[in-house]
Amino acid sequence: MERIYLDNNATTIVDPTVRDAMEPFYCHMYGNPNSLHSFGIEVRPYLHQAMEQLYEGIGARDEDDIIINSCATEGNNTVILGFYFTLLKDARKKHIITTQLEHPCIRESCRFLEQHGVKVTYLAPNSDGLITAQMVKEAITDQTALVSVMWANNETGLILPIKEISEVCKERGVYLHTDAVQAIGKVKVDLKDIHVDYLTFSAHKFHGPKGIGGLYIRNGVSLPPLLHGGEQMGGRRAGTVDVAGMVAIGKAMELANTHLAYQNTEVRRLRDKLEDALLKIDDVLVVGKRELRTPNTVYVSIRGVEGEALIWDLNQNGIAASTGSACASESLEASPILTAIGADRELAHTGVRLSLSRFTTEQEIDFTIYTINKAVIRLRQLSTSY
Amino acid sequence: MAKSDLIGGELWEQYSKKVADRMNNPRNFGELTEAEAKELGGKLVIANEGAESCGDTVRLFWIVDIKTHIIKKATFKSFGCGTAIAATDMMAEMCIGKTVDEAAKINNLDVEHALRDEVDVAAVPPQKMHCSVMAYEVIKRATSIYRNVDISTLEEADIVCECARVSLQTVEDAIRINDLTTVDEISDYTKAGAFCKSCIQPGGHEKREHYLVDILARVRAEIEQARNPNKVQSDFTKLSVVKQIKAIEATLDEHIRPALARDGGGIELEDVTSGENDTIQVHLSYQGACKGCAGSVAGTLTFVEQTLQKEVSDKIRGVVV
Repeated sequence: MERIYLDNNATTIVDPTVRDAMEPFYCHMYGNPNSLHSFGIEVRPYLHQAMEQLYEGIGARDEDDIIINSCATEGNNTVILGFYFTLLKDARKKHIITTQLEHPCIRESCRFLEQHGVKVTYLAPNSDGLITAQMVKEAITDQTALVSVMWANNETGLILPIKEISEVCKERGVYLHTDAVQAIGKVKVDLKDIHVDYLTFSAHKFHGPKGIGGLYIRNGVSLPPLLHGGEQMGGRRAGTVDVAGMVAIGKAMELANTHLAYQNTEVRRLRDKLEDALLKIDDVLVVGKRELRTPNTVYVSIRGVEGEALIWDLNQNGIAASTGSACASESLEASPILTAIGADRELAHTGVRLSLSRFTTEQEIDFTIYTINKAVIRLRQLSTSY
Repeated sequence: MAKSDLIGGELWEQYSKKVADRMNNPRNFGELTEAEAKELGGKLVIANEGAESCGDTVRLFWIVDIKTHIIKKATFKSFGCGTAIAATDMMAEMCIGKTVDEAAKINNLDVEHALRDEVDVAAVPPQKMHCSVMAYEVIKRATSIYRNVDISTLEEADIVCECARVSLQTVEDAIRINDLTTVDEISDYTKAGAFCKSCIQPGGHEKREHYLVDILARVRAEIEQARNPNKVQSDFTKLSVVKQIKAIEATLDEHIRPALARDGGGIELEDVTSGENDTIQVHLSYQGACKGCAGSVAGTLTFVEQTLQKEVSDKIRGVVV
């Protein structure tokens, strides 16, 4: 059976060009980039090149830092826990503002700090599923050390007004962190235009490999390392650099920007085609205004059709999608993000996310439309509530 | 945590083939009508359970022969995940051919067992056991409708864990008999709390009447009290002076005087007064060999005070008269 992958917000296929770029660093150029000898010498230019690609990719200035690490979870923990040691521990400041939309790696690291006396505000989204700059402004106090707001949401694809939020933070002298994991390669992320202090990303969300990520730190902004040890990354993140991974994330970033226009024309067209077809089914709700979302994501609720049951049927037909349904999680808890949007409790049990990539084809979308329609008919026949 | 817990994420791999098969092709879904009931010469029963906003709803249809009370036909409709659909389908099938009384005895564990491929391998992963509970509850609902009685008359007394059908009595007995001290141990011994985990503590998937943490705390306190009737601990400071004296005397008799007697000494309680910060001053005088012994002021007093603190109350401070 031909399989169709529509779960690109969870992870993506490694672009073959990226894989080819990584390959020489396993069995051929395997030197430690910290070595003085030829094995070290020969790999360093590739790391410099990767840095160029990353700085160019997000519009960082040469005086800023981009720390290569293992994933966005590491980057996000480095920022949140780092603030504990710079500002919060001695109670010079004692407040962090974040949102209920964040990934668990932000939510849980904030909860951890709460156990150590830090006050955290978790902003609730409005009925559009968004956080506004005004909400952030109203939550900031003299005690606020950090604001952490994601650039785009993983479940709904909703894009948050980071530029406006950054202006509020700058005006109030509060540091701003943004988790840009779902934004890179889908919307323009250019720090020449937007003043953020910390930004995190992860290669496997934009056709790089898993296990490699990045943390941008604006020049002049302090942040202690999470991992102590050697002098890699200027001492800001110790540990031997994953050379192949770093080459890969550089290449993947370059390609993400090369294909940004395609993402916003062709991928968007396919997503819209899928979304339009879904909206033709009776009693269907799509979360978030289309123009406010990343071009690859649609989050749909189909009344009477439980989310896990629908993705089960799709999987039987070779289509990979995901659900925020409570039934599909180990804890049997509905996704906190959907609970936060909270317009409709049913949504917590019927929501299914379809996320495309630049590798998605029209044929795949046509087959998906056909299969979803078939599954909805079957599951509604079974359903008590339809 | 252990090797098997480190990767996680498994869910569908743990469904039995029977679960997958019934999810894909449920055999007994659909509605039954009055017309069909008439045709079969039976009574139509329609029972609903659950709410869509809770994630699971099921509707059970029975046609029951009024003379024999045998269920001639059973079908269902369900809004729920794969395991809910599979469990309800199996449950409906298990009702067919049984009398209403027999069907009322089917529980979610019977349904889960019927869905197993191999007798000793669970049909669904632990957190999915919960999905079969609804299948069981709807039978009770249908039974109450058929018999025209209130469903509460069919409720079993005090089920703590719906997934594993463990009663309050079973949990309490397991704690007492095996001297259990953690919720994990309760789950190991009784399976309560091993599945959807709602019954462990408040804040889980479902609100429960009893939580394992509370039962454990209560039974542990009862066990400790029974073992150590003198020990009153936190409430000690609120007791009357007479009761305080009795508790102190009992401990002196049981734990302290025998030890001192070995060296030819003894101890008497002279007075009990309240001290600073809610402490209780216990005034003691030494007898026999202890009297005038250099060690009695430091070493022996420490022993006496610590024993009283351990056995009676940590608020006790010893004073030698």
